[in-house]
Formats: sequence, C-alpha cells, structure tokens
Amino acid sequence: MNAWLAQHGRALAWALSRLAAAPVNTLLSLLAVGIALALPAGGQMLLGNALQIARNANAEPQISLFLSLDADGKAVDKIATRLKSNPQVKELRYVPRSEALKRFQAREGLAELLAVLPSNPFPDAFVVTPLDASPTAMDALRDEFRHWPKVEHVQLDSAWIRRLDALLRLGRTSVAVLAALLGLGLVAITFTTIRLQVISQRAEIELSRLLGATDAFICRPFYYFGALQGLLGGAVAWLIVLAVTLALRGPVAELAALYHASAALQPLGVPDSLFLLAFSAGLGWLGAALSLGRHLRKPV
Amino acid sequence: MIRFEHVCRRYPPNGVALDDLSFAVAPGELVLVSGHSGAGKTTLLKLIAAIERPSAGAVLVGGQDVGHLRRAAIPFLRRNLGLVFQDQKLLFDRNVFENIMLPLSIAGFPPKEAVGRVRAALDKVGLLDREKALPVALSGGEQQRLAIARAVVSRPGILLADEPTAHLDPDTAGEVATIFRDFHQVGVTVLVATCNDTLFAPFAPRRLVLDHGKLKP
Repeated sequence: MNAWLAQHGRALAWALSRLAAAPVNTLLSLLAVGIALALPAGGQMLLGNALQIARNANAEPQISLFLSLDADGKAVDKIATRLKSNPQVKELRYVPRSEALKRFQAREGLAELLAVLPSNPFPDAFVVTPLDASPTAMDALRDEFRHWPKVEHVQLDSAWIRRLDALLRLGRTSVAVLAALLGLGLVAITFTTIRLQVISQRAEIELSRLLGATDAFICRPFYYFGALQGLLGGAVAWLIVLAVTLALRGPVAELAALYHASAALQPLGVPDSLFLLAFSAGLGWLGAALSLGRHLRKPV
Repeated sequence: MIRFEHVCRRYPPNGVALDDLSFAVAPGELVLVSGHSGAGKTTLLKLIAAIERPSAGAVLVGGQDVGHLRRAAIPFLRRNLGLVFQDQKLLFDRNVFENIMLPLSIAGFPPKEAVGRVRAALDKVGLLDREKALPVALSGGEQQRLAIARAVVSRPGILLADEPTAHLDPDTAGEVATIFRDFHQVGVTVLVATCNDTLFAPFAPRRLVLDHGKLKP
C-alpha cells in the first residue's frame, strides 16, 4: 500500500514538475483551456441568475376555478374544504360572484353593459396558488380540479411559466452543446500536450519498459499531467467567470432598478463550481488516455 | 535456469538471426556468448528478456516460456533480470544516483531501502563519490559502471550484458570484466555477449560461439 501510494506520489510530483518546467507553455495552455471552459461555465452562471430572478419576480402562477352558476353556499364550502386539505395548494383566495361583479362594474365602460343584463353573469371563483409551479404539476392540478362537482371551468395562468421554461430549456441545451464542443477542445489540447510530453520522454519510457515498468507505471504520470492541466484550466475558467460576474454586477443591478426590481448577479454556486473542476479534470484525464492509447501501445 | 530449445529468430523477408539454437545455462553459471558482429548475440539476449519473441522453438527462463508470455507479465520477468545494454541507455538529464534509482522506483521499493541499495550498488562499482554527477560528466568506463550498477541494483538472479566493454580502453575493460566476475562469484547467473572474449576467458569456463545464428560445436 505504501509503495502504491509512493508511486502515485511520484507520478503526481512528476506531473507538477513538468507543468512548472515550462511555465509559459503551461500558462498558455491553461488560458486556452480556461477560456474554452469559461464560455459554458459563464452560460451556466447566467442561467442560474435568470432562474433566480424569475423566482423573485413575484408573479407566481395561479389556477382559477370558476364554479357553475347554480353552485350554492354548501357547494362553495365543500370545494373550499377540499382545496384547503389538498397538499398541493399553497394559497387560496375565494372571489364571490358579487365581488367579481363589483370589480367589473368599477371598470370604465363595463358598468353600463352589466346594467342591462338581467342578473349577475359572474360565477363564484377560487384563485389557487399551487405549491409546485412547474408546468407539469400545474397541468396535473388543473386536470384534478376539472373533475370536481360544480366546477365549471379551470383556467391555468401559466403561459409565462411555459415561456420561461422553454427559454431556460433552450439556455440549458445551448450550454450543454457549448460545453460538449469546447470540452472536445480541451481533450484536443491535452491530447497534443501529452503527445509532445511522450515524444520528449521517449528514451526514458523505452528504458523504463526494458527495466520492467508496467503500462500503468508509464502512463500514470501522464494521466496526472492531463488531469492537473484540466483541473487548473477549470480553475482559470472559474476565475474568469467570477471576474465577469463582478464586472457585470453593477450594470445588472442598475438595469434591474429601472424595472423597479432588485437583482444581484451571483457567481457560480458550490455544486456548479465543483462540477466545473471535476468536469475539466475528467476531460484532461480523457485527453491523456486517448493520447497514451495512440502513442504508447507499441510493445518494447 | 535458462534453456533454449530449437530456437529460431527470423526477420522478414529472408533474414535469419538465430537458427535452431539449443543450449542450457545452469543457475550461477557465467557464460560468454561470442561471435562476429551480426552473429546473433544481441538477439539471443533480447529473446531472454522478451524484448523479441522467437519465430520458432522455446526460450525458458526459470521454467517459464518467455516467448509466449502475456504482454502484462513481461515487466515482472524483466524485474528479475539485470540488463546492461550495448548503448548503455543512460538518462542524461538525471544524475548517477537517479539513474540507478530508476529500476527500484519501477519495482516499487520503499524509498529508504531503495536509497540503501543504490549506495551499495554505487559502492560495488566504485562510483560512490560520483552520485551527484550527470552521466555526461563521467568517463566511458564510469558510464559503463553506472550502467552495470543500474542493472544489479535490484539484485536480479540473472545478469545479461551486451558488449559491456565495447569502446573501452584495455585497462578499463579489464576493470569492468572483474565486476562481472564478482557478481558471478556471489551466485548471479551471468551471460555476457562480447566480441572480446579473451578479456573474459579467465573467469568464464564456458563459451557459446555463434556463427551466422548457429552455435559452433
């Protein structure tokens, strides 16, 4: 176990020493990797903030239940009880038909129109704020309410949620495509760097094989090199995203203030940051594996 | 310990390096493999170390047919062999100590034990005071002794040397030859491929003479 750990320690030390041996090359490679990863990481940061702003927009989606005109007080009480006991209902507001009439009478031009009607045309209604505002949950609730007795019509006030959801889905897909494409770039950079390392270490690799080195022994330092390059490139990407976040924070807040809202741009959260670092290290490792598979497979 | 059974090694299209070679080397024996340049001496050593595989026949090392070893098993065979290469294969960006440490790092020796072994090997070949030197700063004889120290540092049971005294002056070549005698005397099986067999003749009672890939009677 100690020997195994020592070999890993030596491989890691070798990888670090190779990165430190050519600082300019290392810096340029890390910048290339960092900038490539900063684009999807920045996109993810903007998406996260957009989602947060949408949640804070104080425009929670609602479901309106319009009862049939013949629904009496008893029926209204029964529906109110059912709604109160439903765990999916977060808030509930009863709008009696008289109140609805008063509201419409207060609107310019409608009072005269309503006055000629023989009776109040508005039904009693409940306005429900659901606990889960996702389109799927809203659809499920609507379908459930629709089948209740004395419920004439159920109206879903979720068009904007659907639009936002579609936009966020588009954003997520774009970020994923961008991450995949630029991740390929990272793999290509690591592939080339490792290839150059293998060429420069050819004599030592050949000798090590002749002295009894296994493939794992020979490849291990290069795996560490690739993973370290990816990890450090990920860290550079994280710093770029942080810098962009701090630079945009003021202008975004000013823009939000113009719309009477408050918005403070947040950097990548801990889970996203950890994912970025793990993703970049993993891609570096993959680039190394592909390069080693291509350049170290011939037997000696 | 080492047995060749009707071993052939051919290279396409018509090259024959070794032709129907059969012999055995007992444990602890010192055997000279001599012959003209191109006779097949290096190929013979390469077959023992599984650097090449026989075209026909069997090469047995410690009872193991190394010609048919799985790729993954070859490193473990080589860790039990000490190899002195004709071109030495020293790492010129590493100092003497680091060059000798390499086989021990590969075999996963604990650092403390490895350091002790490196110093012992350096002492054995008379390079203890040059451990910090780079190979380029060593003389030809010192470089050869460094190559021998690297071959023996892991205390292998078999030592294979390919032209270990080539390009050395007679005095230095004599010093290097005595190093092989010393290892033989402590029970190591030694095969030395050389054109200069008179140098080793006093220590090696047995000679395998190759002529165009065949053993001379």
